[in-house]
Amino acid sequence: MGKATRDAYGEALKELGGRYRDIVVLDADLSKSTKTAVFAKAYPDRFINVGIAEQNLVGTAAGLAAAGKIPFLSTFAMFAAGRAFEQIRNSVCYPHLNVKICATHAGLTVGEDGASHQAIEDINLMRGLPGMTVLVPADATETHQAVAWAAEYKGPVYLRLGRSSVPDIFGESYRFAPGRAALLAEGADLTIIACGIMVAPARQAADELTQAGLSARVLAMASIKPIDRDAIVKAARDTGALVTCEEHSIIGGLGSAVAEVLAENAPAPLERVGVLDTFGESGTPDALLAKYNLTAADIVRAAKRVVERKR
Amino acid sequence: MSDKLTPEKAAELAKRAHAVRRSILEMVTCAKSGHPGGSLSAADILVTLYFAVMHVDPHAPADPERDRFVLSKGHAAPVLYATLAERGFLPHDELCTLRRIDSRLQGHPSMKHIPGIDMSTGSLGQGLSAANGMALAARLDGKAWRVYALLGDGELEEGQIWEAAMLAAHYKLDNLTAFVDYNGLQIDGPISDIMSPLPIADKWRAFGWHVLEIDGHDHTAIYDATLAAQTVQGKPTMIVARTVKGKGVGSMENIADWHGKAPTSEECAKFLAELC
Repeated sequence: MGKATRDAYGEALKELGGRYRDIVVLDADLSKSTKTAVFAKAYPDRFINVGIAEQNLVGTAAGLAAAGKIPFLSTFAMFAAGRAFEQIRNSVCYPHLNVKICATHAGLTVGEDGASHQAIEDINLMRGLPGMTVLVPADATETHQAVAWAAEYKGPVYLRLGRSSVPDIFGESYRFAPGRAALLAEGADLTIIACGIMVAPARQAADELTQAGLSARVLAMASIKPIDRDAIVKAARDTGALVTCEEHSIIGGLGSAVAEVLAENAPAPLERVGVLDTFGESGTPDALLAKYNLTAADIVRAAKRVVERKR
Repeated sequence: MSDKLTPEKAAELAKRAHAVRRSILEMVTCAKSGHPGGSLSAADILVTLYFAVMHVDPHAPADPERDRFVLSKGHAAPVLYATLAERGFLPHDELCTLRRIDSRLQGHPSMKHIPGIDMSTGSLGQGLSAANGMALAARLDGKAWRVYALLGDGELEEGQIWEAAMLAAHYKLDNLTAFVDYNGLQIDGPISDIMSPLPIADKWRAFGWHVLEIDGHDHTAIYDATLAAQTVQGKPTMIVARTVKGKGVGSMENIADWHGKAPTSEECAKFLAELC
């Protein structure tokens, strides 16, 4: 098992802090959990804890950006995308300010804290904002690169990070680019498109499908917005069926983004693996993923269903 | 800043305030919608800031060393546009495009549209947080420029204002000076009837701010208060400016209905004649 994406985030911030003197990091009393504490220890003068006040967290970051700083703000995804949605819309996206919203503990795998803390709507909310870039990295390497890219890019970015450790997916030679999917496995019968913690089970599902005589292309789609339209269209043309996998509601997230591209460019059967329009509950991350149908076995079942629909 | 407003400067501010009020009435009438009441109440504060207090240059609106202004009560956009036009940031002719399609003069201020606007606002409660961020940035860079913000009194009902109030005091943002445009009225009626934020000055004191209470239509008082704020160390300053909604037009004064309603052309002609 590799690191959690939040751990990679904290380390990346610390490293970038040395290179970019204008990076300022803000947190709302969760710095030990979001890992901004790693930056705070290295650069205490450039760390601002606003206390438990997420609306002000976003607004303060907007003011820093308006004055030329590169603010990275962190809290749990629920309180960033949810609590402060309108501040992100009106104080950050409308003026297109250079604010990086790095939201941790996204999805069901925040675990025992339960439904009140499990953001499964945040991709949907952030994706709808004009000018917002939405990134959901799969592992530590991709997170590190996405954070480095965000520091260089001028404009608002929503980076979705997880609590739990995830397997390493990418090697050192991997290069993240916005709007570009990463091809993890080639296949002819269907394409599995996944983001975040669902990339590892997607790859596992592809392995299991070979035993059933099906070859699956696997795409890691960290960049939900902009999305890799060409890769999706090509997948539809080459394989004729698709499955999306995300630790998020099936409404409005990766599955919806892929469906939009397919419907307008290359209609093809699609099955969406995700949370089925319901709230989560307390439990261990693994128990939650099993109960809410977010495992490799669930992806295998969806793959068989979608291939059946091709006929 | 000199330590006193000279009689010549005071006379100039009076003239500028009159011109700004005239522009507010004309542009809102032209647009057939907008917020004249709270624009007129804030006119003397903005005129004093832009003509006597703030270091800004219409020829270099993005100068990194300039003072910043955040209109947290963004619905008072007409007074900001009128003041910016009077100060040379905008052509006067453009004011009548307020709220029209393709105009830079959006219903609420947009920093992307107009050089000279330091923050996009309009959704109440958000401006003070942004002003805090600017003040923090100035301090991080060791810069002397200052941040000014204007809040509505009804706006104090927003919870985010108090989050920002805590932060400014906690981080000792003495390069921040804010005003409350205390005109006593919000859309649905008197603030004390709808959801009282009173006592305003005591609340800010309790939140750790240096607080001054002034007549918000007295240019000398506004000037002196901003000057006093610059000498305060370790605390942000809140200037609670007692104002009159619709100030300057007798028929509009202290009437909540003029919060967000445009005069007809006939009413405008009458109000312009009344303008003092």
